[in-house]
Amino acid sequence: MNFMSRISHLYNIPKFLSKLTLFSAIYLCSGFDGQAAWNDPYPPDEIGTNILYLSFSERPKHLDPARAYSSDEYSFLGQIYEPPLQYHFLRRPYTLVPLTTNGTPIIRYLDEDERELNSDTSVERIAFTVYEFSIKPGIEFQPHPALAKDDSGAYRYHSLDVDEINNVHSLRDFRYTGTRELTAEDYVYQIKRLADPKRHSPIAGVMAQYIVGFSELIDALERVHTGNTKGSFVDLREYPLKGVETTDRYTYRIKIKNKYPQFLYWQAMLFFAPMPWEAEKFYSQSGLQKRNITLDWYPIGTGPFFLTENNPNLRMVLTRNPNFRGETYPQYGEPEDKQSGLLKDAGKTLPFIDRAVYSLEKESIPRWNKFLQGYYDNSGITSDSFDQAVQFNSQGDARLTEAMQERGIKLSTAIQTSIYYMGFNMLDEVIGGNSEKSRKLRQAISIAMDFEEFISIFTNGRGLPAQGPIPPGIFGAHRDAMGINPYVYDWVDGKARRKPIEVAHQLMRDAGYESGVDKESGEPLSLHFEAVARGPDDKARLNWIRKQFDKLGIQLIVRATDYNRFREKMLKGTGEIFFWGWNADYPDPENFLFLLYGPNSKAIHNGENASNYQSSEFDDLFEQMKNMENTPLRQSLIDRMVEIARRDAPWIWGFHPMSFSLHHSWFHNVKPNLMANNLLKYHRIDPVQRQSLRASWNDPVWWPLALFGGLVGLSILPAIVSFRRRERKAAL
Amino acid sequence: MLVLFWTDILLFSLVVLVVGFAIYASRKEHLRAPWREVSRSGVAMSALVVLSLYLVIGLLDSVHFRPQLADREDADDVRYSTEVLSAFDWLFADLRKRSEKTYSAPFAIHLYNKEVVESELGERRQVYPRLKFGGAHLPNAQKKTIDIALTSVVAGLKALALWALIVLAIARLWAYRESVGTRQGLQKILLGHTVVSWRAILFSLFFVLLITWVAIDLSQKYHVLGTDKVGEDVFYQALKSIRTGLVIGTLTTLVMLPFAILFGIMAGYFGGWVDDFIQYFYTTLNSIPSVLLIAAAILMLQVYLDNHATEFSSVSERADLRLLFLCLILGVTSWTGLCRYLRGESLKLREIDFIQSATALGVGHFSIIVRHILPNVMHIVLITVVLDFSGLVLAEAVLSYVQIGVDPTTNSWGNMINSARLEMARDPIVWWSLAAAFIFMFTLVLAANLFSDAVRDAFDPRLRTRS
Amino acid sequence: MTAYIIRRIFYAIPILIGVNLITFVLFFVVNTPDDIARSQLGDRRITTEAIENWKHIHGYHKPVVYNGTEKGARKITETIFYEKSLRLFAFDFGRSDSGRDIGHDISQRMWPSLAIAVPTLLVGILINITFALTIAFFRATYIDFWGVVLCVILLSISSLFYIIGGQFLLSKLLHLVPISGYDTGLNAVKFLILPVIIGVIGGIGAGTRWYRTIFLEEIEKDYVRMARAKGLPETQVLFGHVLRNAMIPILTGIVVLLPLLFLGSLITESFFAIPGLGSYTIEGIQRQDFAIVRAMVFLGSVLYIIGLLLTDISYTLADPRVSLK
Repeated sequence: MNFMSRISHLYNIPKFLSKLTLFSAIYLCSGFDGQAAWNDPYPPDEIGTNILYLSFSERPKHLDPARAYSSDEYSFLGQIYEPPLQYHFLRRPYTLVPLTTNGTPIIRYLDEDERELNSDTSVERIAFTVYEFSIKPGIEFQPHPALAKDDSGAYRYHSLDVDEINNVHSLRDFRYTGTRELTAEDYVYQIKRLADPKRHSPIAGVMAQYIVGFSELIDALERVHTGNTKGSFVDLREYPLKGVETTDRYTYRIKIKNKYPQFLYWQAMLFFAPMPWEAEKFYSQSGLQKRNITLDWYPIGTGPFFLTENNPNLRMVLTRNPNFRGETYPQYGEPEDKQSGLLKDAGKTLPFIDRAVYSLEKESIPRWNKFLQGYYDNSGITSDSFDQAVQFNSQGDARLTEAMQERGIKLSTAIQTSIYYMGFNMLDEVIGGNSEKSRKLRQAISIAMDFEEFISIFTNGRGLPAQGPIPPGIFGAHRDAMGINPYVYDWVDGKARRKPIEVAHQLMRDAGYESGVDKESGEPLSLHFEAVARGPDDKARLNWIRKQFDKLGIQLIVRATDYNRFREKMLKGTGEIFFWGWNADYPDPENFLFLLYGPNSKAIHNGENASNYQSSEFDDLFEQMKNMENTPLRQSLIDRMVEIARRDAPWIWGFHPMSFSLHHSWFHNVKPNLMANNLLKYHRIDPVQRQSLRASWNDPVWWPLALFGGLVGLSILPAIVSFRRRERKAAL
Repeated sequence: MLVLFWTDILLFSLVVLVVGFAIYASRKEHLRAPWREVSRSGVAMSALVVLSLYLVIGLLDSVHFRPQLADREDADDVRYSTEVLSAFDWLFADLRKRSEKTYSAPFAIHLYNKEVVESELGERRQVYPRLKFGGAHLPNAQKKTIDIALTSVVAGLKALALWALIVLAIARLWAYRESVGTRQGLQKILLGHTVVSWRAILFSLFFVLLITWVAIDLSQKYHVLGTDKVGEDVFYQALKSIRTGLVIGTLTTLVMLPFAILFGIMAGYFGGWVDDFIQYFYTTLNSIPSVLLIAAAILMLQVYLDNHATEFSSVSERADLRLLFLCLILGVTSWTGLCRYLRGESLKLREIDFIQSATALGVGHFSIIVRHILPNVMHIVLITVVLDFSGLVLAEAVLSYVQIGVDPTTNSWGNMINSARLEMARDPIVWWSLAAAFIFMFTLVLAANLFSDAVRDAFDPRLRTRS
Repeated sequence: MTAYIIRRIFYAIPILIGVNLITFVLFFVVNTPDDIARSQLGDRRITTEAIENWKHIHGYHKPVVYNGTEKGARKITETIFYEKSLRLFAFDFGRSDSGRDIGHDISQRMWPSLAIAVPTLLVGILINITFALTIAFFRATYIDFWGVVLCVILLSISSLFYIIGGQFLLSKLLHLVPISGYDTGLNAVKFLILPVIIGVIGGIGAGTRWYRTIFLEEIEKDYVRMARAKGLPETQVLFGHVLRNAMIPILTGIVVLLPLLFLGSLITESFFAIPGLGSYTIEGIQRQDFAIVRAMVFLGSVLYIIGLLLTDISYTLADPRVSLK
């Protein structure tokens, strides 16, 4: 019933039709006045405005900062919510700088009895670490109805009645909005939300290991929810979280167990952005949920932008937050940034653009074409549009093609902080295990899998063959001869060169699998590859992988399946060989090495170590390494760990993908930053230049249509003649 | 070692069934007459020749075996590869094995993209590298046109010679049966004065032979339809896809026909609770969006395959099972449309006088259905089957797009089109995969449609009275 | 007549139950509640407790269709099937697994679908009937032959090809319409031109062919010969007699489609980035959001049943000889 009543008032059909006629007239005229191009996908009144046009291919699932954990969501949320810290826009390696805080947080170490320790005390004695954040006063939330107060100072919309709710279809239907100052309490409130079982925060499990009192709060809230069957508002301010407290209006402390330096990186993630309690109170009104007006869809933040149009099926619009505090563009960057003009805007007030329109674009072809027509300001490059856009010059560096250069398009590249690898299931009887035989087999396969060729065929050369688990640019990785994997590569003429296939054959002989035949049983060796096959492109990839194994005489049986099945196999540990990837949460080697840490085994402990690798030496070193600062000692520990992993070869190290992205000449202040997700505020565009280029690129071409019309007319002619003749004949 | 796939078995059973029916029909005059009608139509016979070529390739590709592994000294018993090949693969082994690095245009002797090549002096330059196989025998690009022309002419002459032999043989046989001289027979055939349209058959045979021969000869030296992203010969892929197209087009129809006809007529004819029940049955099935049904079935199969991983040792076996499953599930989703049409038509027919009077005379339901209703709805069945055949071949492409089509490792036009749609966005555009899939698919569908149009004209009782 | 309609509406209930049951079984054979929870919660750092917690809150912790641990009627009612399908019959679709209200989403997304489907259908029928009548008029001439060949050519081209080709030609080369996208209200028109044109052209082959056979059948009938014998001009015969009598099979084909127009086209919508119900369904399947899939299947079957009912009614209206009992 409610469904039918909803649709009835949405459209008034006759009115719609009359508008339609009017519109077609306008549309037909607009093509000739030289203003809007015919194929302009945006409304005519947006021409020449300071709006940035971008696209997104996957709609965000959650816009609640306690839940969101993917790039689809962060591209919006990063502009809206502000955690205490951020990554510096220009500096490399990635550096944390304050966002809403005054300076970096104060860190204190406590022992078992809560006595303060010196920062250089050994890790074992540290029982607790306390982080104290002091935020800048005067930061205000975006205008939002949840914060609107009436004349008497009471919240206007916190107890809506049925009539009021019935008139609301989106957040814009609330007439009044309000704001208030950001306080430390808002940060504490959000951390409590992470513990709320109803919020399904993906990091609740991790945080429970560290934040003092977190698990207790989870249990307490669990009990509250079981009693609260109606789902009414639970005010988290009433439930204490022992390890997180405010000391004054602008200061709060987080107390975590032991020492965990990576905790600071978490403070730059949106999970730790502030949340006013008013928002939860406002959104908890049950009528609003029926209209999809929830905190999960309508964020409320302090950032440079706020979400003004929320239609994940079509487009998302971010508008400049009028209450934004006036953060300025960074003054300093890397030496080359000055040359490339990235410091021209230094010291100016952020943000530069008024609005950002993100359109949903699922298909790569339209997205690419719209970029070329100037309707998107930036674009990634798919494998199929690559040759059109990029060429490698004689030094092997990527350069834009002439066609792209003519249009003034610019290229920016960066090695991603991720790794794609091919894992062996170490629990498997043949390929896994710690025996010399299986190790040699894995090493042989590692040599045979020619990832240089893989990168050149399937990613157009956009990748760097991995020498170990840690991508370049992250502490612990080497870029010289030290950095190569000596089991797969040789260092020749200052470059890593894959060992010849004969070495792999020799390893196979040593392992007792000469030309792929098991010496003991006399059976040919066949291995299983667990593939997630989606489309025809996968076929080529699977064929290629099979060919690599064929070099050693190993018969590779591909078991293609869907992602759910694949995940299940990984969880059960029944797979043999698989292909997977990892994208860093934060730029620290711990975030990669933990993928090989025994107690993180996927099959045994439901962790992220998908190959279920276990080496006690590695695990010991990992425990030592993980809580250390980036010192030479840490480097040497990491070197030892990487060496162990390389020798045992639980992974074929695969490659680190490189991101190539293009942007138009009117789009300024672009520097790839793979850790930060709040880059929108730095971007600047030149709308006048954009408009003139768009107009010159999109002249409608008419003559083929006229020609077609003429041809159709001509072909009808004989038909008309013979029709007349027939008509006459019939009449006779 | 011979390997029998499920679809092979079904495909060959279908062939046996058709041959059996042909022998049966040739003995019954009332069935022979319309077929004789069909054989008079030149268009239909030409289409039949083309269809036969497809069928031959499809059937050759349906004889599967596992090749023997290369002999080793210490092996005392014969071992077989896990890779399954077909007779077609074996015949066209060259085509299968000669893969380049990446894209190359039809008849090209260079790759389509520039590559950085290091010369002996250590200098790096961007060049279009020569192909490993395509035109590898040529010293330089200038000789290419002449070589292609020469090869084509020689192949064409061979085709002509073979064709001439066939013409003579047929003329001789025909003349022998009609008790006239060979020369006279030849004359009659070429002038089209025969009952069966031999002239059309022979002329289309000539073109088929010519194109096949030229294509085969050229494909030994060049990639006649270019190569794809990983350098596989597109011509080979398009040929391999024939089997997939035939299997989906025929087996699906085979699966659905009996149900559709039986249920459709019964519902319309009997009405009452039979109608209600059948309508309930097909409405329920039909109400579920077919994409969901297909997706669920394909996923179910995946689960089954994963739980019984050991029983399916090769990729092709799994792919084949998926193909079969796709046919079954497509059959389940597509029979309801025909069923509804038949119900509607029977509903109309049962009100018509001659059936009402037959009922009044006490003729049994069964014989009314078989004698009066079935022949009167047969044209609807035929038209639906025709439209379905092409529709199914095309649906396969759409399903591939939603990622629930045939196995990604199976060669199919759908998979080709699906990957080609990304190639269209390239600049310079890579058009040959799309073109190849289009031409091969189009020829098949066109031939099938033309042939069945003739069949329809011959079989439709109402149209027949006209002539 | 009225009794017939009422009876049919009562029949709808078991059909809907059947559909629901099939959906449930199909979905849960391939997806365990764990799978659903995992795909909603994401891949990284997810603990078993989080999954149990999610299932509990979303009601996926019960057995699918039969609960052996309970007693009596509760064996049936304490299941996912019972709890989740009962509310569907009140058209209360509830919330998707990712937390959005489905009824609200559907009421928003049906408009774009209709905006494409209705013009495509109307223009398509008009063009197809015109072509088919023309071909029927020139039957057994070269126009007939080449008309049919043209139809066959058109219908042997994959719809994907039309879309790719249309976008390539009209948008990329000629810059006449936006390549893809959608807008609300009247701004939507420029986005609709290309999908509608492609939809119409893609349907010409099959449509014209089908109508042509219907017309040809009708033309061979005695009353048409009679009319022609009376000396009526051919055009009058075609429009006055043939077209009118051919309306029954044409209507049968069209009426059943009408309600399904709401559901939109899967491929067109996703190629042109149109936020309709077709892309909603595909998203539901791909993201394994069971609540959406269930709602769309339910809605689809309701509309389908309405379509069937309309077809039968249109039979009687167009041809009084057909009686509904």
